[in-house]
Amino acid sequence: MAHNISATGDTTYTLSLQQKLATLLGFTGLFILLLATFNVSFPNKTLWLTLSLSAICVGIVWFGVNQYQNKIAGIKNDGIQFSSLTSRGILAWMLGLFLTGFYIVLYFYPQYLGLTAEDQNNTGIIALFDPLSYLLSGNPASQWFVYGTFYTIAVVFFGIKFIYKYRHNHYQRLRTFSVMFFQLGFAFLIPEFMARLNSESFSLPYYDLKNIWPLNHYNFEQYRVDEFISAGNIGIALLIFGVASIFIITPILTYKYGKRWYCSWVCGCGGLAETAGDPFRHLSDKRLSAWKVERWVVHSVVVFVVVMTTAVIYSYLGDASKGYWLTRDTFLIGVAILLTLVFAGVIVFKRNEFKKDALYGAVGYLAIILVLIGLHYFQGSQLFLFETETLRSTYGFLIGSIFAGVIGTGFYPIFGNRVWCRMGCPMAAILGFQQRLFSKFRITTNGGQCISCGNCSTYCEMGIDVRAYAQKGENIVRSSCVGCGICAAVCPRGVLKLENDSMKGRINSNDVLLGNDVDLMKLVNER
Amino acid sequence: MEHVIIIGNGISGVTAARHIRKLSDKKITIISGETDYFFSRTALMYIYMGHMNYEHTKPYEDWFWEKNRIKLKKAWVSKVSPNENKITLATGETMHYDKLIIATGSKPNKFGWPGQDLKGVQGLYSKQDLDLLEENAPNNKVCKRAVIVGGGLIGIELAEMLSTRKIPVTFLVREHNFWGNVLPEKDAKAINNHIKEHHIDLRLNTNLKEMIADKNGRVRAVVVEETGEEIACDLVGLTAGVSPNMDFLKDSGIDFGRGVKVNRFLETNFKNIYALGDCAEQQETTGERRPIEAVWYTGRMMGEVVAQTICGNKTAYKPGHWFNSAKFFDIEYQTYGWVFPQPRDGEAHFHWLHEDGKKCITINYQIASRKFVGINTFGIRMRHEVFDRWLTEKHTVDEIIENLEQAHFDPEFYKRYEKHIKEQFKNELKINA
Ligand SMILES: Cc1cc2nc3c(=O)[nH]c(=O)nc-3n(C[C@H](O)[C@H](O)[C@H](O)COP(=O)(O)OP(=O)(O)OC[C@H]3O[C@@H](n4cnc5c(N)ncnc54)[C@H](O)[C@@H]3O)c2cc1C
Ligand code: SF4
Ligand code: SF4
Repeated sequence: MAHNISATGDTTYTLSLQQKLATLLGFTGLFILLLATFNVSFPNKTLWLTLSLSAICVGIVWFGVNQYQNKIAGIKNDGIQFSSLTSRGILAWMLGLFLTGFYIVLYFYPQYLGLTAEDQNNTGIIALFDPLSYLLSGNPASQWFVYGTFYTIAVVFFGIKFIYKYRHNHYQRLRTFSVMFFQLGFAFLIPEFMARLNSESFSLPYYDLKNIWPLNHYNFEQYRVDEFISAGNIGIALLIFGVASIFIITPILTYKYGKRWYCSWVCGCGGLAETAGDPFRHLSDKRLSAWKVERWVVHSVVVFVVVMTTAVIYSYLGDASKGYWLTRDTFLIGVAILLTLVFAGVIVFKRNEFKKDALYGAVGYLAIILVLIGLHYFQGSQLFLFETETLRSTYGFLIGSIFAGVIGTGFYPIFGNRVWCRMGCPMAAILGFQQRLFSKFRITTNGGQCISCGNCSTYCEMGIDVRAYAQKGENIVRSSCVGCGICAAVCPRGVLKLENDSMKGRINSNDVLLGNDVDLMKLVNER
Repeated sequence: MEHVIIIGNGISGVTAARHIRKLSDKKITIISGETDYFFSRTALMYIYMGHMNYEHTKPYEDWFWEKNRIKLKKAWVSKVSPNENKITLATGETMHYDKLIIATGSKPNKFGWPGQDLKGVQGLYSKQDLDLLEENAPNNKVCKRAVIVGGGLIGIELAEMLSTRKIPVTFLVREHNFWGNVLPEKDAKAINNHIKEHHIDLRLNTNLKEMIADKNGRVRAVVVEETGEEIACDLVGLTAGVSPNMDFLKDSGIDFGRGVKVNRFLETNFKNIYALGDCAEQQETTGERRPIEAVWYTGRMMGEVVAQTICGNKTAYKPGHWFNSAKFFDIEYQTYGWVFPQPRDGEAHFHWLHEDGKKCITINYQIASRKFVGINTFGIRMRHEVFDRWLTEKHTVDEIIENLEQAHFDPEFYKRYEKHIKEQFKNELKINA
């Protein structure tokens, strides 16, 4: 391999003049923000903020368009494995360090960004964003507002780049429009506008409506539920919507379309991964061992979030239950019955499809039930040795901040763009569980056309070894597949197609057409 | 325990090994001089283009082989002695086998052109060829122009590869269209245009006369047969087809013609020696299939067949309906059944071309019976399973056109062309009626 790398310092894959200028422009925008961070005070904040953000946005789009504009539409992954930024070179590590650093400051040291006590004016970069925040919500900016703005800019403008890159592919275009829309509208603007509605007397937990539990793991905390309830009809409606999203909307959509309806059409984490994270998708680990780790880690997170949420709700039901039909005991029993039903259903109907994974399910399930029983005996806010609140804040810290932010996004250039979605996201795990067992979605392989080239596996951001299935003529029905459709896009032989079709014959490992005569296929399929 | 030795770790040899392991407990050794592990030859271009690195082209992880008790040996076999059941390696080491599978693939054709062995003149077949290309043409400073000789599948891949490194390419094609000995004129014309759109200097009806060396024995130019024109270049890619790789069998007593001769059971003239994949020449062919088929999936199929035979279930090689696929720069190509460059006696072609010039289909059918014979599709993906069924059930061209939606395989939300195709088909029927 050494010579391959040596060949790349040359002219071929360096940036064009326009790309250099675009980079310069983007960095100028960032530089203004950096100056603001170090408390250089700008006379006209609105002007400088506009200048800086415009420079960044224009820079991104200019760079992206220039990269593909002189090329005929098609798959253009040329030089990805040579570029330092996209092949874990020095640039990748620098970007990784920068992003992780940013996340650490954001989550744990927001004062360095200029966050101040409630009654004082913001300073630093947060102050620079005040004008925009006042415009949208009427409140001063916070570190989360700054972050949200960055995030949205990244999704929207790298999204434009992505759409341009895949301008020949209607699936990719539509899907990217969709994540851009949900990020800009639902995640960014609507919550800000909702905040505007709040006053001294009326307070609604404003949030990103498409953010569904367990991704939105804090949605059922006491203060939020109280707020929902005290906000009257709208609040109750939102609360019901929150619960319905989990138990009705999500299962129906996942049944019809697979988990992709959420993971690569709606979700904000997915949105960032698909747009800004796109150049890093091939860095996901494809080894079988990585798949094993994935299953353990992500299912553990599910167990963790279920236990945590149950414990949190349980703990406050104790005090507030008097007026409600929902008491601690009813709630606990309800959770236990629900889990038992799900588990029993799987065992009864899907036993054959799910041999190995059923084991993981069983372990998780058992753990949850044990904890529930434990809860019941302790009858307090304690769960084993932990305070419920400690459990919640540990979850928030470990999973919400460290995993989703610092590792998940900060390490894009090292681990690929979907580590969080693959290893850490409990929402993805639950949707995936359903996708594997009860959904019409699958990736169909086209008979014997596969040439085992490996493009599909390489560019699968979830680290699925797509080729392993395709070369056997087997459909791909994997819980982790987010349906991004990139494997089908990069396949040079037209082997893969994302489809929603009947459940029957969805997993076709015994019914393959590889070009051989029928008798031989029968022999080959015999185990 | 019976020892099966397989020479060649390409798709045919490896498929044979995997299936023998599935079916039996025999001792299996795969010998290849090219690489330690099986990789996908079809992906060579993507390594050079930077889409993938070499590791990505290995279909199985390195632990796979030991786990399945398939022994790998990196060595060149220099001699086979069938009467002693023995092979000799280039190192002089000898090995005993009970069954021998020859799956040594192909090598690029060289037609005795003057200068064909100069430095800077190469084919594109093996990992070594790729490494050599990386030396000969790392960028457009070292390689200011490349000339590719031979307008087939590997030639166009090489053209695409070089163009991603902005190396100007002159593409010499002997036929009057790209891949003109396989594609019907109208299909080929669409591809010609697409090649030119990629700024490739495509020269049709052009033969190579010779290659001229500089004082260091490196190629500095090629001379065109027809015009005597001298084209200065630093790389010549010889991609005028491949032929079976079997020089080491010359004096072994194993029968060969253009390839290693095998019967329906893939047996050579020695009962315990088999040949598969690119290097095998069928003495008795199936349907329109050629005696030597150097494509990926036939190698795989032969591997599956030979494993059955070796494990006691004697099975004949009976490939199903012909299909294949390729990609010409940005245009994907698939074919099911048979479409010949010229309709044969009693056959006709229906051709549809999208206005963008990048999507087209050609359907070959029998005029009298209207039986569907085959289809070429460009820029549109079709479903193998459906066409395979239609071919087996001997549908008419009219039925195929009528039900074309069933074969649709493009990604969701793509524009559909069935309506246009049907309309044109009906119009042509009226005109002809
Ligand atoms: C660039 C390129 C692109 C291609 N694209 C396609 C495509 O898109 N679709 C398609 O259908 N086909 C394609 N092909 C053809 C396809 O790759 C071949 O048909 C297939 O690889 C043949 O497999 P095989 O196992 O018969 O031989 P090979 O893959 O050639 O394997 C034979 C192995 O044996 C080794 N060997 C040979 N002699 C000896 C010896 N004496 N001692 C030890 N080892 C030896 C060789 O080094 C080699 O590793 C392509 C080929 C090339 C070169
Ligand atoms: S299998 Fe394909 S569609 Fe699914 S996540 Fe991987 S690349 Fe995306
Ligand atoms: S499915 Fe397509 S991309 Fe994947 S290995 Fe097969 S031919 Fe290559």
